[in-house]
Formats: sequence, C-alpha cells, structure tokens
Amino acid sequence: MRDYTLFIPEYIAAGGAVAVIAVELIWPRVRKDILAYATAIIALAWGVAALFWIGKDPLSFQGLVQVDDFTTFFRVLGAGIVFVTALLSAQFIGERSKVAGEYFGLLLIAGCGMAMMAAARELLTAYLSLEVLSFSLYILVGFYKRDKRSSEASLKYILLGAFASATLLYGISLIYGITGSTYYDGIADGLASRASGTDAATLVALMLVLAGVGFKVSAMPFHMWAPDAYQGASMPITAFLSTLSKAAGFALILRLFTGAFLDDAEEWRWAVASLAAITMVGGNLIAIQQTDLKRLIAYSSIGQVGYMLIVIAAIGWGDELAGQAASSALLLHIVGYVASTLALFAAAIAYFNRTGKDSLEGMRGMAETQPFLALVITASLFSFAGLPLFAGFATKLFMFQASTAGGDLLWLIGVAVASSFISLFYYLRIMRWIWLFDPVAGMTRFRVPPMLWSVTAVLMLAVVFIGAYPAPVFEAADEAVKPLFQLGADIAGP
Amino acid sequence: MTFDEIQGYAVLSTVVVPLIAVVTLLFVPGQYKQAVRWISAITGAVVFGVSVYLFVAFQTEYSEPYQMVLRWPWIENVSFLGENGVSLYLGVDGISALMGLLTGIVAFAGTLAAWKLEYRNKDFFILYWLLLSGVYGTFFSLDLFFFFFFYELAVVPLYILIGVWGSTRKEYGAMKLTMMLVGGSVLMWIGIFAVVQEANLGTFSLPALWEAGQDGTFSPGFQKTFFPFFAIGCGVLAALWPFHTWSPDGHMSAPTSVSMVHAGVLMKLGAFGIIRLGIQILPEGAEFWMPTMMVLGTIGAVYGATAALTQRDLKLISGYSSVSHMGYVLMGLATLSTIGVTGAVLQMFSHGVMTALVFLLIGALYDQAHTRDIRDFGGIARVMPLWVIAYVIAGFANVGLPGLSGFTAEFHIFVGTFQTYPIFGGFAIFAAALAAAYMIRIFAIVYWGPLNPRWKDLKDVTPLEIIAGSLLLGSIVLMGIWWSLFTDRLEPAVLSLPGVTG
Repeated sequence: MRDYTLFIPEYIAAGGAVAVIAVELIWPRVRKDILAYATAIIALAWGVAALFWIGKDPLSFQGLVQVDDFTTFFRVLGAGIVFVTALLSAQFIGERSKVAGEYFGLLLIAGCGMAMMAAARELLTAYLSLEVLSFSLYILVGFYKRDKRSSEASLKYILLGAFASATLLYGISLIYGITGSTYYDGIADGLASRASGTDAATLVALMLVLAGVGFKVSAMPFHMWAPDAYQGASMPITAFLSTLSKAAGFALILRLFTGAFLDDAEEWRWAVASLAAITMVGGNLIAIQQTDLKRLIAYSSIGQVGYMLIVIAAIGWGDELAGQAASSALLLHIVGYVASTLALFAAAIAYFNRTGKDSLEGMRGMAETQPFLALVITASLFSFAGLPLFAGFATKLFMFQASTAGGDLLWLIGVAVASSFISLFYYLRIMRWIWLFDPVAGMTRFRVPPMLWSVTAVLMLAVVFIGAYPAPVFEAADEAVKPLFQLGADIAGP
Repeated sequence: MTFDEIQGYAVLSTVVVPLIAVVTLLFVPGQYKQAVRWISAITGAVVFGVSVYLFVAFQTEYSEPYQMVLRWPWIENVSFLGENGVSLYLGVDGISALMGLLTGIVAFAGTLAAWKLEYRNKDFFILYWLLLSGVYGTFFSLDLFFFFFFYELAVVPLYILIGVWGSTRKEYGAMKLTMMLVGGSVLMWIGIFAVVQEANLGTFSLPALWEAGQDGTFSPGFQKTFFPFFAIGCGVLAALWPFHTWSPDGHMSAPTSVSMVHAGVLMKLGAFGIIRLGIQILPEGAEFWMPTMMVLGTIGAVYGATAALTQRDLKLISGYSSVSHMGYVLMGLATLSTIGVTGAVLQMFSHGVMTALVFLLIGALYDQAHTRDIRDFGGIARVMPLWVIAYVIAGFANVGLPGLSGFTAEFHIFVGTFQTYPIFGGFAIFAAALAAAYMIRIFAIVYWGPLNPRWKDLKDVTPLEIIAGSLLLGSIVLMGIWWSLFTDRLEPAVLSLPGVTG
C-alpha cells in the first residue's frame, strides 16, 4: 500500500532543511544563531510529529519501509540529537562561519537518513538511507574546506566510506543472487529454502554485509576512518558523528539481522562475537595513548560499539524472547550513551568556545576555572566507564545481563567488563588534568552563555536520570523492539 | 502507615540525607566556606542520630530476618526483568545495624576532622557525602542492583578526593587505589551476571537469590566456580592478601577524613560483600573455598603486622595494621562458625572506630608537623598529652587489651579459629603479639624519650578533635565492656547465615 502520510515527520525535517538553506540564499546576512534555533525548532516539530505513530499497528509502505514503534523510537532519538547538535552549534558556527545554511540543512537531512535506516525493511532502501546519512556526514566533516585537517578527514572518510559501501553492495548482490529477494522477509524465506550448494556464498554474503555495516558503526578492524574524521571535524559534528551515526547503524543492524538473518544465526554469530571482542579491547587499548580529546573519544566510542555488538551476538545465540530482552536493553544503552556523549561535548564545546583548547592538557585545572563544566565532563566520563549514578552503570548492567544468552556469552561479557575497566584508566587520566592540576596562569573563571549552559545542564540531568531511574526509557525501548520479533506473516509484502 | 514503615523511611533517610547534602552544597557558592562546614556538620549529626536510632531500635527478637523494611518497585516487567525485577529494597539485620552505627560514628567524626579544611572544601564535602550515601546504601540494600549501585558509588569519588586533597604521592596512590578497587568490581560484575542468569528469576532481589542459593538452583559446581568472583571482588576492598597493595599507598595518600572513612568504613564494605554475596548467595561455594580464605586471611594478618613493624611513616604503619586486622576479619568469616563470624563482624566495627581514631590523630599531628616519619619525633607526650592518651588507648585496642573493643572482637575470632583450624589460631595469636610490638615501637620512639626541641611549639588536639575523638573512644570502650549490646543483635543474623554452624 502506498501511504504517503507515513513520511510526514520526514517531510517536516527535509522541508525544513530546504527552507533553512533557502533563507540563507535569499538573505545571506541572516544571523547564524537564528538559523541554528530554527533548525532546533524544526527538529522538535519532527520529533513531535513522529510521536503520533506511537502504539499504532505497524504500517508498511509497500514492504519497503515500515513505521512502527521501533521507527518512532529512532525518529525521536534522531530528532533529539539534531535538536541538541543545532543548539550546540549556534555559537560555534556563528563565530567561525559566514555560510551556515548547508550545515544546518545537512543536520536535518542526516536525521532523515537515520529515520529511514531504522524503518527500512528492504536492502536497497536501507542502503540508500545509509548513503543519505553518510553523504551528509562526509560534507559535514569537511565543512571547513580551507582547514587542511578537516579536508583530510573528509577525504579519508569518503574514500573509505565508498569502499565500505562497495563491500556492502557486493554482499547485498550476493544475497539477492541466493534468495532472489531484497525484502527482509523474502530474504529470510529465501535463505530457509536455499539450494544446498550456496552455503559458502551465503557465508561470504553475510560477512560482506557485516563488514559494510561494521564500517559504518566503526567496529574494529573497520574503524580506521573514525579517529581522523572525529579529530578533523568541528566539535559539534564530532558529537553528531559519535551519536547519530552509531545509533542509526545499530537501528539498521537490528532490523536487518532480526528480520532477515535470524534463522541463519549460526552462520554469523561467531563473527559478530569476535568483532565485538576485538572492537572493545582494541578501541579501549588504543584510547590510552591519545592526547587529543576528540581522538580519545573516537577510540572510546569504538569501545562502546564493541559493547553494543555483544547484543547482536546475543540475538544470534538466544531464542526470540532473549533476543527481544537484549535488544531493548541495547536501545536503553544507546539512549544513555547518546545523552552522555552529548553532555560531554556540550561541556567541551562551551570550554572550547572560550579558550580554543581541545587537547587533554588544555583542560588543565578546569575544576578551578569552570567547576560546572568540569562536573559535567566528569559525570559523562564516569557514565562511559559504567559507574553508578550516571547512565552508563544501569544501562551497561542491564545490557550485559540481558546478553548472557543462557550463559553462552558469559566469556564475552567478561571481556566487556574487563575492557570497561581499561577504559576507566584513561578517563581517570582526563580527570587528572581537570581536577588534580592548578590552572595555567592567567586563566580565570568565565560565564558560559545561558543557552549553552542550560543545554549542558539538561543533558547532565538526563544522564543522572537515566542512571538513577531508567524505568521510563527502558519501558519505551521494550515497546520499541516488540515489532522486530513479532513480524513475519502479518505484514503484507510488495 | 505502620511503625515498621516509618522505620523503613528512617533507613532510607541514611541514604537520602547525604544526597540532599550533596545537592544543597552544589548550590552553595564556594566562597562561603563556613556555610559548607555547617551544612556538613548538620548532615553528619543527622545521619549519626539516625544510625544510633536504627541500632538501638533494632529488635533482637523479631519474626522476620530483616526489619525496618522498605520496598519500592523500581523497574519491573521490562525486557528480562519480571515481577519485582529491580526494587529499592532496604532492610536491616543485626550485621547491617552494627555497620550502620559504625558509619554514623565515623562519618560524623570525619566531618569534624575536615572542619579546618580550607582548600575547595565545598567540592570536598560534595564528594564526601556522595561516598557516604553509597556506604549506607550498600549496608542496607536487599536488592542486588542497588547493592552494587551503592557499592560502586562509594568508590567513585575516591580518585578525586585523594588526588586533590591528599598528600605524599597522591596521584600514584589515588590511581592505584581506584584501579584496584574497580578491578575487584569487574569480578563482581561477572559474578552478578552469572548468578542472576543462572537463577533466571528475572529479579535482582537478594532474598530471592539467597533462597535460590539454598534450594539447589545453583549447582555445587556453579557455586564453586563463582564464589571466588565475589570473594576476590569484594576481598580487594577488604584488603584480602595478596590484593591488599592499594591499602597502604591509598591510606598514606588520602586526606585525614578520607582515610578515616576509607579505613574505618569502606574496607568493611568488602567483608560485608563477602557475607552478603559470597556466603549468602553461594553457601556451598563458600564452604568449599573457606579453607583457602583462612590461609589468605592468616597470611594477611601476619604479613600486615610484620610490614607494620618495619615502616616509618605513621600512616603506612596504620595502613599495614589495617591489612592485618582485616586479615582477622577474613579469618573469622572463614571459620563459618557462629562465634567466628560474630567475631569477624565485631572486628569490623572495632577496627573501624579504632583506625578512624588513629587516622584522626595522625591528621592532627601532620597538620602541624608536616611530617609523619616516626624518626623525626620524640617526647611528644610532653607537649600533646591528650593526643598521646587517645593514641595509646587506640593502640591498646589495636593490640587487643581486655576492656577495649579489640579484645571483644579478637577473643571471638581466636576462639572460633581454635575450634575450627587450631594451627591458624596459633598464627593469629602470633600476629597479635606482633601488633603489640609495632604499637610499642611507636610509643617508644614518638611519645617518650627526650623532647625534640623542633616540636616544642606543637599544640594539643583542638576542641573539635576532642569531640570527634571522644565519640570514637567511647565506642571503643563501650564495645570493650558491654559485649552483649553487640552480640545480642548479631546473634540472630549470624545464626541465619547459611552454612554457619556451631
């Protein structure tokens, strides 16, 4: 059925993006922070519009795209990320840039890409949505084209991204060859009744797809682009990259692996488990050596991806009930991770706007000169490390507990907890700069602009709220993953 | 609302009042140092009062194992969680009532000891109360999620507390302590995942898990495999040899009141965790591993005392003597006999107040002298008589002189050990003799002898330190002479522990 109303939220976001760009074209001297606030309002409208689909029966657009609670969850999350990023960019971009329309427009477009990745139930649609997101990010990373580091990051990201896309497409074509379908349901049926000689091809196809999506979420060893892209991008974009692209990647992975590949779990689950182990150990070990905040966060977020991949492995090992439990815990963890990351970057951006420093050493004595920002950064880092009162503790505990898969994956969870222990070491080293040293001479207290201050404070409260009382988000996540595991016959195909 | 519920709110207040202090202090401007002190002092007085109330009002004859119970559903029927999945579930038994009392005493005394702190005292007290909220929460939690939540919460602020306000190699001490303690938590995480998964009840409720531990849900093999995860995980915090190495360094670096709380209360969290998670969830595992624990505890007791003999820094001596005394605690637990376990819990209290007093006194000296090397001193008794008297009493309690708390506790432990593992009882007595040696060494070098003229201007303890000190001294003497006040409360709790006999 062609129900065009399903995309009303995206019409708002994409239309808003065009409008933001158009306004600046018509009136080039418009204040950039007004564009930022307009973007934030559009994102808000987008998120609110998405809420109208809560609790409705899943609706499908010709089997290509499905709007259900899962889609709604990621639409709202995406809108939230765009909202916060726009607000964080207001001062940052306003002070550094004469042209900003594309910047804000692309934030919204990338958000649409994420929503469609969560909604897609057909491989080519999923691929196109992924590319919409990726291309927006390529441009955003290289937005300061005269800055060599920014251009280099963007180029590296594009080249490696293109390679990953090719890998993914090759996998998709093999799957189409084996099953004769690109629809997730069709693939599941096709794989179940595949000819006996195609096992090797299936394995290759699954691995290629895994490599492709692994690249997009920067799982090790497909992570090479991430540190450079994170470092080269401007700070709000680094925040955007490490939240939106990861959340979107996992939305796609969850939909794809539960919808199409679940019955062939034995073929891919060991690969996902090893990918998870390599990613979390490697990411956290390399992060120890970093001296630049953005680079360090890049590796730390690679480590986080490793933890999240455990859930995908657990889906492969457990039955549907266990898979659903693990997926809802993953969604909870993603929300906590997004809130912590955004809080961290909000504080770091506020500090950077004033001091121009984003190295670890530059944070020297922050607890004296800017205690509020120091508190927020400390809270987010503790949240990453999984210490209580902050989101990371509860979300990690539930996620790992849900992923034990009847004890089969206890070893992997042991690895995860151990690497989270490693991560604490370098988080403490950041805290050492912030808390233990006196500020450099001449640094004095300064006031954070009210808008940035409030965004930071709200994000910090969100981190504490999710950590102390995760029930509301957890329940929403639980509702959101139900459609993933209840599908099959009741939704009409093409 | 029944009386029991009202008491439940009293238990809750021990966790919430410190948190309220944290939030209040966040909004007090940093330059109002006096306001910060008063807010902390009031908080300290309130939690002290509530702790005393909980201990006194604890009924020795009660129908349920836990009283003053409060239970609020927190998360249920979501994902893998079923009915009562996670609940804020607080309750008191004899062991936690005593530990709560200890926390109240030490927390209040620590607040007074930190009164003269000038440098960023707002930040200090925010972290201090965060830590204590975690301590109380751990002692009173009957839900595994919140148990671990509060346990970790008590560890979180330590890095900054020691790193910013500490002394002597503070960065090293802070990093080592935090990493080792969190390393222990790693094992606890794994143990928790395994236990909750194996029980498969969809709940983190500790009573439900304890029941599963006894009705055969956990196979003997499973129990034997996972008991070490809890025993070592919590044991790190309890300075279980050979995982004790953070303790001397950490105590040496920490500021006075953090040392007090850390050695006085936090180390007890570890031993408490071994009881709650190890012995109560995995009784068969405990039975299997306890001989090993006895060996390690004995090594810790003897090793700590030996090392204390050779140290010159007053705080290092106390740090190693803590290792030795926590060795006694572990020995008491390892007997798995009523009298031994009772002794272990008594020793947790006794060592807590005693070591807090010692660190308070060392802090009072160090603030004036800026050195803790015992060779620098001599004849201090002439200029600081009260200080010396208090230290001598603490030292005698340390050695186990009758009439003081150390005797009460060690008597129980030694009897329990002789009943179960006679040879180790001999080692324990040997360690106590070593304790006498290192205490007398301090007395001889630091207090007596000719007064080093460098110290003729030292002032005796301040009024605030006298208040804090008498509180701690009073507890030492009280436990030394009125045993039944403590043992009556402990008896039902210890008897109800699975696997504890005799």
